[in-house]
Amino acid sequence: MNAALYWRCLRSIIVREGLRFVHQRERFFAALVRPLVWLAIFAVGFRAVLGLSIIPPYGTYILYEEYVVPGLVAMIQLFNGMQSSLSMVYDREMGSMKTLLVSPLPRWYLLVCKLLAGVLVSIAQAYVFIAIAWFWDVRPPPLGYLAVLPALVLGGLMLGALGLLLSSFIKQLENFAGVMNFVIFPMFFASSALYPVWRIREGSPALAMVAEFNPFTHVVELIRFALYLDVNPTSALVVAGATVLFLGAAILAYDPGRGFWARRGGPAEQA
Amino acid sequence: MRDDTIQALEVEALSHRFGARTALDGVSFAVPAGRFEVLLGLNGAGKTTLFSLITRLYNSRSGAIRVLGSDMRRQPTQALARIGVVFQQPTLDPDLTVMQNLRYHGGLHGLSDAVIEERAREELARIGLTERAGERVRALSGGQRRRVEIARALLHRPRLLLLDEPTVGLDVDLRRQVIDHVHALCREQGLAVLWATHLLDEARAGDGVVVLHRGRVLADGTVAEVCAAAGVETLDEAFAALTGPSSTGKGGRP
Repeated sequence: MNAALYWRCLRSIIVREGLRFVHQRERFFAALVRPLVWLAIFAVGFRAVLGLSIIPPYGTYILYEEYVVPGLVAMIQLFNGMQSSLSMVYDREMGSMKTLLVSPLPRWYLLVCKLLAGVLVSIAQAYVFIAIAWFWDVRPPPLGYLAVLPALVLGGLMLGALGLLLSSFIKQLENFAGVMNFVIFPMFFASSALYPVWRIREGSPALAMVAEFNPFTHVVELIRFALYLDVNPTSALVVAGATVLFLGAAILAYDPGRGFWARRGGPAEQA
Repeated sequence: MRDDTIQALEVEALSHRFGARTALDGVSFAVPAGRFEVLLGLNGAGKTTLFSLITRLYNSRSGAIRVLGSDMRRQPTQALARIGVVFQQPTLDPDLTVMQNLRYHGGLHGLSDAVIEERAREELARIGLTERAGERVRALSGGQRRRVEIARALLHRPRLLLLDEPTVGLDVDLRRQVIDHVHALCREQGLAVLWATHLLDEARAGDGVVVLHRGRVLADGTVAEVCAAAGVETLDEAFAALTGPSSTGKGGRP
């Protein structure tokens, strides 16, 4: 009986996120066009600049397009995580967050539901993208499309949890540009999404170190290895650990006793 | 049947501060079943903080809140399950249909599909919007949206209905309709209502009134009792007398 309650709550949150997603077609296309622009333009220009040696999990020389696809998949998930954090802040300003939080189910559970719903949306986007990439001759082994699913789940959870955590710190919607500059861009560029870490090391050993500690690098590598039917245990551990850390911190930040609301008051409280 | 021993809502010695600012200072009052209680206060009196605490947006620093005997801090699940809330800001999803909005809310409260369908039909019929169920909320007028929000708040059959300045943005006619509607719910279903407002004329004879000013309760009783205690005829005068010259009675006008 109790389990049914929890399940209905989860399902209705997923249905709502799904409906909202379907209604916001611009959001869907933006999420898709962004990585395609990178693949179709940036990757072509960059191919000539960047020579790649054979690195795991690839068994042979590869074109840059092939290298960059897992990074772009992770980028989709990164943007999606930030997007859901943005919508949390928006919901909070608009009040619809309150509707969620007056549900009698525990708050941590409501946040986890919200997170899962966002992950599902990001997985759908990621699959549409790798399907399109197939036409760019980026063709991982067929089983790779299945093997990448757990990696997408884990990566989506980590980036979504990071979004949740950030949303608890952002007081107003306007501050979101700061998140772009200070979180999304550094995380993306200081990672193995666009160039392998050994390449970064040639330029700057310090930056290579940052990239190795950057959890986003590990999301990229997790996806890259899974897509080519390989496992990267280090990345899996790092991503799982970071997920637990981010989600735990987000739950604390939204705790009624000590979190955001109690510290600073509700949105209408400035008066 | 009324149960006089357990109040629908009990607020006891509730205090809350944000940093150095005290938002609520020793607030106590109770709302029995079937009572329409008007929480009267100017902007900044602490109404929104009080609502946030009663809906457990955050916990109070000191004091207690009980909903039908369930303590908000120790038994939040039981307490929240008995509360329906209409927030000041509109919180329906404008891109979803009326029914999708109701389903979402029902799901959040763990109701089954069959129960949601049945109660949604009932509540929509009560507010006369049955045939609009499949329309997007965006297509509804402000007054219709407010009524849908009230219907939504009643979907899980709460015993206490909280409304935070629910008539903001409504014209005089719609305002009266909404107030009538909630009074009827109170009468017919024995629902306890806490209605926060800064508009003095929203309190009717027979309603309970709690006057909140700068985080403190200045008066608590029926409209007649509050007026009698202040030694004046009308609630306007009572409010002006209670809150003193620094906060002219003008603030209470729509």
